[in-house]
Amino acid sequence: MPTSPAEPGGAAWDIAVLGAGPAGLAAAAAAARAGARTALVDSAPRVGGQYWRHREGDRGAGHHHWPVLRGLRDAVRGLDRLDYLAGHAVWHEERTPGGFTVHATDAQETEGQRSREIRCRTLIIATGAYDRQLPFPGWTLPGVYTAGGAQALLKGHGVTVGRRAVVAGTGPFLLPVAVALAGAGVAVAGVFEAGSPAGFRRHPAAIAGNPGKLIEGAGYLAALLRHRIPYRTRTTVVAAHGTDRVTAVTVARLDADWRVLPGTGQRLDCDAVAVGYGFTPQVEIPLQLGCATRLDGDGSLVAAADEDQRGSVPGVYLAGEVCGVGGAALALAEGELAGLHAAQASIGARPDRAPAARLRRRRSGLRAFAAAMHDAHPVRPGWTGWLTGDTQVCRCEEVSLDEVRRSVTDLGARDARTIKLLARPGMGLCQGRVCGYATACLAADLRGHAGLPSADDLRGLSARPIAQPVTLGQLAGD
Amino acid sequence: MSDGLWFIFGDREIPAESGQSIGAALIAAGYRSWRTTRHGGAPRGIFCGIGVCFDCLVTVNGRSSQRACLTEAAHGDRVEPQEGAGRADLAC
Repeated sequence: MPTSPAEPGGAAWDIAVLGAGPAGLAAAAAAARAGARTALVDSAPRVGGQYWRHREGDRGAGHHHWPVLRGLRDAVRGLDRLDYLAGHAVWHEERTPGGFTVHATDAQETEGQRSREIRCRTLIIATGAYDRQLPFPGWTLPGVYTAGGAQALLKGHGVTVGRRAVVAGTGPFLLPVAVALAGAGVAVAGVFEAGSPAGFRRHPAAIAGNPGKLIEGAGYLAALLRHRIPYRTRTTVVAAHGTDRVTAVTVARLDADWRVLPGTGQRLDCDAVAVGYGFTPQVEIPLQLGCATRLDGDGSLVAAADEDQRGSVPGVYLAGEVCGVGGAALALAEGELAGLHAAQASIGARPDRAPAARLRRRRSGLRAFAAAMHDAHPVRPGWTGWLTGDTQVCRCEEVSLDEVRRSVTDLGARDARTIKLLARPGMGLCQGRVCGYATACLAADLRGHAGLPSADDLRGLSARPIAQPVTLGQLAGD
Repeated sequence: MSDGLWFIFGDREIPAESGQSIGAALIAAGYRSWRTTRHGGAPRGIFCGIGVCFDCLVTVNGRSSQRACLTEAAHGDRVEPQEGAGRADLAC
């Protein structure tokens, strides 16, 4: 395969798609069908991303839209112009004459792992998102997992996180996680939704346009009832307890701004906690390329995309959660549109008007639904009151809330990036992926902006010149 | 059910299924933590489960700082817990 820089002849592929979740799969299939030589690059050993995370031989039990995955997987296998590069973790990309060079480590060559260059004319970024976290006392205890982590262990590895679990946070994703755990035999002590999803009723048009989503949600609520799992709103886990692993949590009622209502704390025994407060899009690759970003309705920093899924940098297209969290169905529509338009830009293939118009209509309805979701599940600023001075904000560098505060009160930091430089939250191994949002909230809070982070705060904690860990040898080109 | 695959962790043989990560197999075997932090010496295991947080680092066949949640278990692997920065070999 022509991927070494020593080989002659310009770009090896017309289009490289980064990420093989719903958006990337749809984009790659659409681009290859339109005639573009397409590389689909993903770090995992199998296609599907986080949404369709599965095991070899999986028949799709418990998965949504499984036939769609099967169809896309068959396309990846069957389309001549599509090369699927599994196990390739992208750590950097650069603009080169006539296109882009993507640097990826081959995750399958464990010994003497070397970096590989993938050259293309046009880039489609579909890097997805991961669980957004808010710190709370005890959240670093083993046995506390992200909601997506608990789900990944189950769907990807067939392992349950414990015998008795508590699910907490905000957003509709908590429901499938609780139902999946219960279905695997875990006693789920409760689903604690910090928000008040009733706000959803303010968007009747968005709901009416997406009946399938409503049926899906109703199905999860029915499954909770069947498993006798309590579902509480305006309630969440405000502390986890234990010495070397979690043995209990405190759940408490919250007011509309997520301040704890005094006297409502209740201790629940459990050996696992699954927690998530929405999702954080993976924007480091668009940021590395200089793409414009903006603050989305859920408070996330996302890459800005136009009607054709085009980013602000020529030759870059975006699809899925990286340009706004909205779920798999939206990601599929955006991915297909991105694939069609990237093929047009790259090889001049003109998309058929009727299917493109249908995709735009579908995208528009699903975006309205996503906006209603964002509006119904905001992170409210009162969460900072759950923390004690010694609560770790940054898990990697073990930076406490008091240390973050001192960087502001004693050292004069005014923005998230300066807090990071002075107190080191976000300087550790995860590079601020886990604590970035919380640190941006704290920066806004300490400036007196009621804990609502600005795009600049988030940008300062999302820029990562190297997106994945690489060895010095790989950097040096050995 | 195991496919007959196992790896060594400390002095134990840990069964794993084909395609399962080292971290998932450790959780199935009852472990919750296998790393201590650099500053506080606090126990850590899997948190994000998808390669984002780097909490679950282990040393696999002598290579330090591998993410247990992403690294597929291979038969006969020697997996060691990781303390601090994971570079005990450089300490003097």
